[in-house]
Amino acid sequence: MSPFLALLARDMRLAVRVGGGALMGALFYFIVVAMMPFAIGPDLNLLARIGPAILWLGALLASLLALDRLFATDHEDGSLDLLMMGAMPLELAVAAKAIAHWLTTAVPLIVITPVLGLMLNIDMSSMGWVALTLLAGTPALTFIGLIGAALAVALRRGGLLLAVLVLPLTIPVLIFGVAAANAALVGPAPFGPPFTILCALSLASLVLGPVAAAAALRQGLE
Amino acid sequence: MAVIDLANPTRFLTLVDRVLPWLAGVTALVFAYGLYRVVGAPDDYQQGATVKIMYLHVPGAWLGMMGWGVMTVAALGTLVWRHPLADVAGKAAAPIGAAFTFICLATGMLWGRPMWGTYWVWDARLTSVLVLFLLYLGMLALYWTADDPNRSTRAAAILALVGAVNIPIIKFSVDWWNTLHQPASVVRMGGAAIDSSILVPLLIMTLAFTLLFFTLHFAAMRNEILRRRVRSMRMMQARESDT
Repeated sequence: MSPFLALLARDMRLAVRVGGGALMGALFYFIVVAMMPFAIGPDLNLLARIGPAILWLGALLASLLALDRLFATDHEDGSLDLLMMGAMPLELAVAAKAIAHWLTTAVPLIVITPVLGLMLNIDMSSMGWVALTLLAGTPALTFIGLIGAALAVALRRGGLLLAVLVLPLTIPVLIFGVAAANAALVGPAPFGPPFTILCALSLASLVLGPVAAAAALRQGLE
Repeated sequence: MAVIDLANPTRFLTLVDRVLPWLAGVTALVFAYGLYRVVGAPDDYQQGATVKIMYLHVPGAWLGMMGWGVMTVAALGTLVWRHPLADVAGKAAAPIGAAFTFICLATGMLWGRPMWGTYWVWDARLTSVLVLFLLYLGMLALYWTADDPNRSTRAAAILALVGAVNIPIIKFSVDWWNTLHQPASVVRMGGAAIDSSILVPLLIMTLAFTLLFFTLHFAAMRNEILRRRVRSMRMMQARESDT
């Protein structure tokens, strides 16, 4: 097994086995979305109109959750030092950790999205499209968050600092994610342009994220 | 004097001591002339005297953006050349840039109240300046939370570069978002149709504020160097009293 896949498998195993980590994100997402009608009111028409926005905000907040621990645990037990000294480029190692994070936090969240959509009165036939926008956009959230996670561990600080650094950078993802989801649900704007830009944001952050995060780790932990 | 010579903080401090009074003096003179021109400038036929807010607002917006530019250049200096002064320059620019961005937002809101009847609209231009301000606050939060200055400047340099890549994307996406939701924009700048009786004082004020930025920046860099010296002297003192 290549080092990349080995690291990916290790991180996923850790996420699944330790403290129910993988499902925690989905559970948080479920609770955040379920809280919204209490704040907004039970009007189903209103919920249907702002449903995509609620789902996207929930996904954004849920993706921040486990980021805090993405490098922190590895830093504490020393495995991060091994990764930095290893033969595999640090960029690749960081990318493997991010992909594992995405698979264990974002994918469960996308899977339960159709159920939550029902509760928000989102049309069943277009629910798949909303889930598709999450599938295309959440990698960008993870890989932008990756930079914040690396900065936080380099500074030996986490928690709120991470959210403060990362959230403004995710504004474009939120804008195009909600725009694409709304286009799929109600139109009249076409679904294509915002969706392709969303994919472009994900691909760009796939490149920029690991490079910047690896640089932050090298600068911070040398 | 080459840039590399300034790596020696003492040499930089002597240069700052020589340059700063002149820079401050020129800034004051340009400000005096600019304010004289602003007072003499005519009121707008629609906006009345509130048009004068623009002389604060436009330089604020320009310097808010230029501040991040200075931080980006400083970040390259930190990460690529490891220039010790670049650390200091980046750190000193962050609060100044944040302050000018805040001035831009605050004056814009004060102007918006009588002109648009509301302090805030989610217009594309306003929103992107607000996001820039949020990015500045994130940068300041990074400096606040870090205990070791060397560590924080490296992290801040990376954040500055990531921000520099992201700011155009954010600007573009906010434009998209706004045109999708609110096609008729409220902000009409009149483009190049600003009369020279208003444009010339505006340019002078922008120059004055830019000079002010560099005056403050040099002073803040000097303070930061002195602060670091105090810090290392304290540590040396603590070490000596320990033994």
